[in-house]
Amino acid sequence: MTVLDTPTAAALPVRIAGVGRRFPAPDGGERVVLRDVDLDIRAGEIVALLGPSGCGKSTLLRLVSGLDRADAGQLTIAGTPVAVVDQRSAVAFQEPRLLPWRTIERNVELGLPRGTARAAGRARVAELLRLVQLDHASTLRPRQISGGMAQRASLARALARNPGVLLLDEPFGALDALTRLTMQDLLLEIHAAEPATIVLVTHDVDEALQLADRIVLLGSEGDAPGATIRRVLEVGKKRPRDRGDAQLAVLRAELLSLLGVESHHPENYITQAIKAQRAKRAGS
Amino acid sequence: MSAAKTTGTAAPTEGVASSAYQQASVYGYSAAGPGLVDRRRARGERRWWPIVGGALIPLAVLLAWWATTEFGDIPSYRLPSPADVVHAAGELGSTGQLWRDVAISTQRVLQGFAFGSIIGIVIGSLIGLSRTASILLSPTIGALRAVPSLAWVPLLVLYVGIFEPSKVILITIGAAFPVLTTLSIALRHVDPHLVELGRAYGLGRLSLLTTVQLPAVIPALVSGLRLALAQSWLFLVAAELLASSMGLGFLLMDSGNNGRVDRIFLAIIVLAVLGKTTDALIGLLERWLLRRWG
Repeated sequence: MTVLDTPTAAALPVRIAGVGRRFPAPDGGERVVLRDVDLDIRAGEIVALLGPSGCGKSTLLRLVSGLDRADAGQLTIAGTPVAVVDQRSAVAFQEPRLLPWRTIERNVELGLPRGTARAAGRARVAELLRLVQLDHASTLRPRQISGGMAQRASLARALARNPGVLLLDEPFGALDALTRLTMQDLLLEIHAAEPATIVLVTHDVDEALQLADRIVLLGSEGDAPGATIRRVLEVGKKRPRDRGDAQLAVLRAELLSLLGVESHHPENYITQAIKAQRAKRAGS
Repeated sequence: MSAAKTTGTAAPTEGVASSAYQQASVYGYSAAGPGLVDRRRARGERRWWPIVGGALIPLAVLLAWWATTEFGDIPSYRLPSPADVVHAAGELGSTGQLWRDVAISTQRVLQGFAFGSIIGIVIGSLIGLSRTASILLSPTIGALRAVPSLAWVPLLVLYVGIFEPSKVILITIGAAFPVLTTLSIALRHVDPHLVELGRAYGLGRLSLLTTVQLPAVIPALVSGLRLALAQSWLFLVAAELLASSMGLGFLLMDSGNNGRVDRIFLAIIVLAVLGKTTDALIGLLERWLLRRWG
């Protein structure tokens, strides 16, 4: 059996225009979480949404998935507005959220689009389980597998949807550091095999640098309430990337300083490079 | 029947109810336990031990009972010997009265339990899943549940008469509330993450219920059914003690009036065996449900 027995849906572009979201506050007023978010995501691109905790990254992802509605602005996938729980996208959450009473296989099956023929569905599930290296665990229950395996099952379930857009909400956030690195490599393999557009929420600067074509930094600016896009960084390096790459180190230091974390670099080529970049940007 | 007798019989039945609740809640947790059982088997524990171990205390009680009647100085009209009870069983069995009483009591319990569980599952699902239904129904149901179910008896006898329907309705009332309460609470506490997941993967209201919510509450549903069954037997005896010409409650009442302690012992033992047997059937149902969804 070849890897792509079932034709996968083409990757779809996402457009986010002037989007805002407010939530009712406990004191009766309103809390602005997101405002004026503008972002164009190309088909097949990997975009990382990066920012401090509580800055609205997950909220933005939920808006794109259609699990939540925006108060302002427009969201479209491939030109048409995002529907309530849009079936062109698939979400994988920070927790694997597997149904504990179903086997891994049957959990992945849940992701298949409605009306998939039984035999075709079974073949597709088997294929995806091979892709995420869980074919040996297909008949196990969620409580019998490790956190990393559960997260891979959750990924396979999202892929079963044949999504044009794959939305990942801190998918590796709860995993240990080593498992997280292997999962990042796996995600890139999956992206090569099933090239959906990927929007990835993360608070891990290194993860964003390792995976993303572009890194979108969310956060509040000035005194205005709510978060918006502070900076979009083009990583512009071919994957797979060397985790110790010098150019990435420059970007990392810049991202960390934008996030308000002291990078503890002595005055050296990195800090000089950042200063040079800032000067260039200020000049242009 | 005098009021004094009614209150006199109400006290021990309450005792039965509370112990049934405890027993059922202990069993409720076993719903999570098939894995545990598997692991114990895998470790090679003897399979006969649960059966023999469970029989030890009844056998010890039987022995003590026999020894007391054999060597003690208690007249048999106060405490009959095990042989007397067996004899009473033979006597009532040969006239067919025992079988008739067992059959009619079991029929009443199963009917009332079936109606009550269905009503409990429907209303419990509504209240557990819909906020509107909960706002509309919860206060009324809470108030109805607060009425001691035996308080319905005079009204039922007046409106429905003293024949079968009033007894079955009383048992239905007794069986509906435990199912309704446990199911609605359990549905409200289904992991919201899993519900959101179902929504994200395009499940509608009904398929969400059958795919995520009901399987998630099977353990709670089964423990609700167990409570309901215990309640059913409780209300059966109450109904039959009050007004009946057949059934184990009638046998108890009749034997009490005639001072036949051996038959009272017989009726109590038969009730214990029937109660445990029907409870074991719920256990089988639980295993089937967990296999179906588990």
